[in-house]
Amino acid sequence: MSVADTSPPPPPPSLGKLFWVFLVMGATSLGGGVVGYLRTGLVVRQRWLDDLSFVELLSISQTLPGLNATNMSILVGDRLRGGMGAIVATLGMCLPGASLMIAAGFAYGAGGDGPWSKAFLHGIAAGAVGLIVVVLVQLGAKTLRTLADYVFVVLTAVAVAFFKVPVPYALIVAGIVAIWWHRPRDKDVP
Amino acid sequence: MKNLWDLAGVFAYLSLLTVGGGMAAFPEMKELTVDTYHWLTFPELLHFYSLGQLAPGPNMMMVASIGVVVGHIPGALVALVAFFLPTGLLTFFIGRLWTHLATWRWRPSIQAGLGSVAVGLVLAGAIIMGRGAITDLFFGVISLVVFLLLWRTKINPAYPIVASGLVGMALHYFTTT
Repeated sequence: MSVADTSPPPPPPSLGKLFWVFLVMGATSLGGGVVGYLRTGLVVRQRWLDDLSFVELLSISQTLPGLNATNMSILVGDRLRGGMGAIVATLGMCLPGASLMIAAGFAYGAGGDGPWSKAFLHGIAAGAVGLIVVVLVQLGAKTLRTLADYVFVVLTAVAVAFFKVPVPYALIVAGIVAIWWHRPRDKDVP
Repeated sequence: MKNLWDLAGVFAYLSLLTVGGGMAAFPEMKELTVDTYHWLTFPELLHFYSLGQLAPGPNMMMVASIGVVVGHIPGALVALVAFFLPTGLLTFFIGRLWTHLATWRWRPSIQAGLGSVAVGLVLAGAIIMGRGAITDLFFGVISLVVFLLLWRTKINPAYPIVASGLVGMALHYFTTT
């Protein structure tokens, strides 16, 4: 299924250019929501991908374990420049944030954990809970379709958060049940 | 040296749990880094996690901070590689395979099934984090206001989160003076 393009897609970028574009996105995607930055960078500005392939790669990223930002870097890098592309794109995406958080680790150890910074960090922890709930609502709106889906969500969360069921067990058991629940029915076959 | 091996093991394991996002690994991360290995306290883990939300790029770069606490720069590198390499390889190889499976009948089943479990894991992470961060009504109000702002407006999340930190400092000022 190929949609006729109105303009020819640009040739694949060099590895250096790929690294640079991902480095810039890795340094500027402040406040989460990396997906939005990725779409702007890759689809709108560089035109390396069309919206259809972007959504396809995003759905793979979201299904597989791993963070969306790094999974997308790997998939996009691989599609544009193969294995080396995946490596340079991921490095570019991770380098700025990793350097900052390494610095934060040292600062915290070197007396950055006084009462004032603790008060600040306690505040942002409460704020971050609000952020996670928003992510949760958005993720849920996209993913949950039937009543059964909500039952899977609640059972998984209660098992892990209240009964301390280790995440791998919850993931495997609930995953198998939920996948089986959504198993292909005969009516889906064209 | 043994610590570095422990770091590698813990973060490689956590890596595989990040279905639906980094938050899905949070319950197990708390269990291992705080309760089992005592690398840091629960409030410290919350602090790093929250700071990580302010850093650009993937939102779990805070694993590097835990690495620093355990083993300085080598610790940070070990934690980062362990956390990103296993799922990275998985994504790389399955990603190549997955595009060939576009018409596979089970593909939508896997996406829908894992999708709801992933939301459940993120919810569990949010509950555990909430227990640590929302220590009284005041912090509950901060969470609620940030939630409503981000839910109802298109504001960059970094602003309300930094503002929450400043409100936390203001509370500290008024309760200690």
